[in-house]
Amino acid sequence: MSGAVSSLSTPANAVVTRRAVTEAAWLRILLTALALAFLGVFLVVPLVLVFQEAFSKGWQAYLAALTEPDAWHAVKLTLIAAGLAVPLNVVFGLAAAWSLTRFQFRGKQVLITLIDLPFAVSPVIAGLIYVLVFGSRGWLGPWLEEHNLSIIYAVPGIVLATVFVTFPFVARELIPLMQEQGVSQEEAALTLGASGWQTFRRVTLPSIKWGLLYGIILCNARAMGEFGAVSVVSGHIRGKTNTLPLHVEILYNEYQFAAAFAVASLLALLAVVTLVAKSFLEFKHQRDRERATRAAARQEAS
Amino acid sequence: MSRNRVIPGFGLSLGYATLYTSLIVFIPLAALAASGISLGAETFWAVVSHPQAVASYKLSFGASLVAALINLVFGLLVAWVLVRYTFPGKRIADALVDLPFALPTAVAGIALTALYGRNGWFGQYLEGWWGFKVAYAPAGIVVALTFIGLPFVVRTVQPVLEGLERELEEAAASLGANRWRTFRRVLLPALVPALLTGFALSFARAVGEYGSVVFISGNMPYRTEITPLLIYSKLEQYDYAGASALGVTMLVFSFILLLAINALQYWNLRRQGGG
Amino acid sequence: MKFTRFFTAAALGLALSSPALADREILNVSYDPTRELYEAFNKEFIHHWKEETGETLVVRQSHGGAGKQTRAVIDGLEADVVTLALAYDIDAIAEKTGRIPADWQKRLPNNSSPYTSTIVFLVRKGNPKDLKDWDDLVKPGVEVITPNPKTSGGARWNYLAGWAYAKEKYGSEDAARDFVTKLYQQVPVLDSGARGSTTTFVQRGIGDVLLAWENEALLAINELGKGEFEIVVPSVSILAEPPVTVVDKNAEKHGTTDVAKAYLEYLYTPVGQKLAAEHYYRPGDPEVAREYADAFPDVNLITVDSAFGGWRKAQETHFNDGGVFDHIYQPR
Repeated sequence: MSGAVSSLSTPANAVVTRRAVTEAAWLRILLTALALAFLGVFLVVPLVLVFQEAFSKGWQAYLAALTEPDAWHAVKLTLIAAGLAVPLNVVFGLAAAWSLTRFQFRGKQVLITLIDLPFAVSPVIAGLIYVLVFGSRGWLGPWLEEHNLSIIYAVPGIVLATVFVTFPFVARELIPLMQEQGVSQEEAALTLGASGWQTFRRVTLPSIKWGLLYGIILCNARAMGEFGAVSVVSGHIRGKTNTLPLHVEILYNEYQFAAAFAVASLLALLAVVTLVAKSFLEFKHQRDRERATRAAARQEAS
Repeated sequence: MSRNRVIPGFGLSLGYATLYTSLIVFIPLAALAASGISLGAETFWAVVSHPQAVASYKLSFGASLVAALINLVFGLLVAWVLVRYTFPGKRIADALVDLPFALPTAVAGIALTALYGRNGWFGQYLEGWWGFKVAYAPAGIVVALTFIGLPFVVRTVQPVLEGLERELEEAAASLGANRWRTFRRVLLPALVPALLTGFALSFARAVGEYGSVVFISGNMPYRTEITPLLIYSKLEQYDYAGASALGVTMLVFSFILLLAINALQYWNLRRQGGG
Repeated sequence: MKFTRFFTAAALGLALSSPALADREILNVSYDPTRELYEAFNKEFIHHWKEETGETLVVRQSHGGAGKQTRAVIDGLEADVVTLALAYDIDAIAEKTGRIPADWQKRLPNNSSPYTSTIVFLVRKGNPKDLKDWDDLVKPGVEVITPNPKTSGGARWNYLAGWAYAKEKYGSEDAARDFVTKLYQQVPVLDSGARGSTTTFVQRGIGDVLLAWENEALLAINELGKGEFEIVVPSVSILAEPPVTVVDKNAEKHGTTDVAKAYLEYLYTPVGQKLAAEHYYRPGDPEVAREYADAFPDVNLITVDSAFGGWRKAQETHFNDGGVFDHIYQPR
């Protein structure tokens, strides 16, 4: 489509339209400056402060804080919790988005709102609800105790709380995207004889992969950074049920400010790593697409 | 309805989504409601309508609203700049947007309090020169809530903006519309669903936030005490039912607000589809 | 073939022998200000236990706000021993779970409190506002830092200490109420926990005086800024008795009753008492106390039992919803 339009417009025409679909230079600079100022004040300065505090006792202290056994255990537990919560929420997000955007049924808005709800639940309450269900005086508490199972104050509780607070991310990212894309391509594939699974893998998945990736990145970042809800169900047993954010709190409360911020900066770095991965994928994707277009153009020319 | 016949997987996907939502969200929240209801109607009302609780709702919902509005405006701006313009360090700026999710909320609270406190980098000027108190005042709560909700609007608007076809704008321009008019009439309507979603999510997240706010708010009853803190102080008295009652009240408010926003969204989509 | 058999045998042997080899583990659920104390004490005790019995013991620690920690034990955190801030917290566990007998406080000497503390003032270097006693805190322009008694156990001690002083000095409950009301009007920030308040005072530079446990104030001076702060001991303060006990049912379930008991008893030995004193807690043992007398000035210490009729009553009158504290703050 776009190729057809641009091939019709002469170079002079293109200059006119280019000017009309972007802003004057001064406005572009002003808007960019405003956006960067906002990000600077709200994100960069706090981040600089975190790193400054983290390195306030020097490199050695920074490394020591990160290599301490309790910190390592917390890293492992955080990765386990995020590693379980993210896939669970991805599968759910795909199922929810599929059912909510490909079919019409009653109560759809209510289901969407229920999916949003975990964001609105205070972390204090998010922990409390699992205490009310699985705690020793909760609905399932006596039964769990009889069978010698523990959910809260153990790893399963931490995973559950993490799943809860990151519950909406993937679904929320996919629903508007799949709604916008519509179903014509999938219908075409199906009428041409593809199975449902093939259609999903070959048609739907490629077209939603960026939205899915965004969802996963956000979900993962939040899963690793969650403090409030996890703190209620963890029991804070050092070297056993402490995640990284809880470890940060412990260090802070021990007046080990530099170490606390060092561990916090590690969490910020983990988030940046996932984003670098995303940028790399995007770059590769763009390059592949450009190559494909060039190849197509060459073919057309010959 | 003809679509339903062609596309498979309705039962499976909806069944799974419903089951999972019930297990993770609905049943635990039902436990919360049951615990709140166990108080009996009269006590329940007395707990949730206590002046201190009412003052905290006003603060929690008010500050969240302001923070979500700030994020709406600046989130759109940031998304716009990141998608449409090129400038040095763009990738870094893009990467930074998700930071508020990854940083534990307590760290965010501590860092912001350090910045906006009386002897902080910002606080010494704001408070010292202009007498504008941020930390330990409602403004501080807004700052913290803006921080934690920042990624939502940016990340919901960004993909939609990336996906928008330029032809529409070009067509509008060739028909003589100036840039502002094109933005208002062509771009904005296409962005409204994403903006609303981002707004709703950042609002919802702000309402429940606890970890970062307790550091910066000062927690003074009737003035800077948010509802989650009241819930926490109920728990300190082993008053689980009272805590649940407040929790349920917040949830009902949030549910109604989110439902309204989602319904608005749906209505908007229908109108666009129909028109 | 041979290999597989060998490995199976080895694996089986390991599986069978591991329960015997496995180290026993006890979990001590405690509150915030005891981190450093128990870190040191656990090392000593593990060493002592190894020498006595040959068993290698693992002691796990859990720290957090006292109320939160208590709730965790009530809701199923399987602590073998609890070492908490107030008798009220342990009473709550006993009452709500039945895992501890109601008369737990009589099981160990000194109301089951191996060490005690009190509330003191931490002021900035040179005491610029010249704060010497409780009355000075309610003078105009003095900013007092103390956490929120609704969310922090430590803050309740601060409140009661002020109350006890006013009652002693002015002689009536009404005067005490007036005094405490004035005191809290001087508070610009109510942090949710005791260590949060310390940070506000020390790191943020807010306030003229921090109300703190003596052990926390001493720790803050030594850890956060030598020479930047001074301790002022008021004429009257409160005797803080942080209690310890075995959570019987949990210990029975884990088969750790003997270790748990020995662990707490070891706190009362000279080794334990000296460690407590070194971590700025007032030792209960008179000999050890004499040794460290310089560190702990004499104060007229009032107990919660004598002034408030016990913790349960104090909690109900002052800190529960609708209690005295709630009336200090009025809707605007």
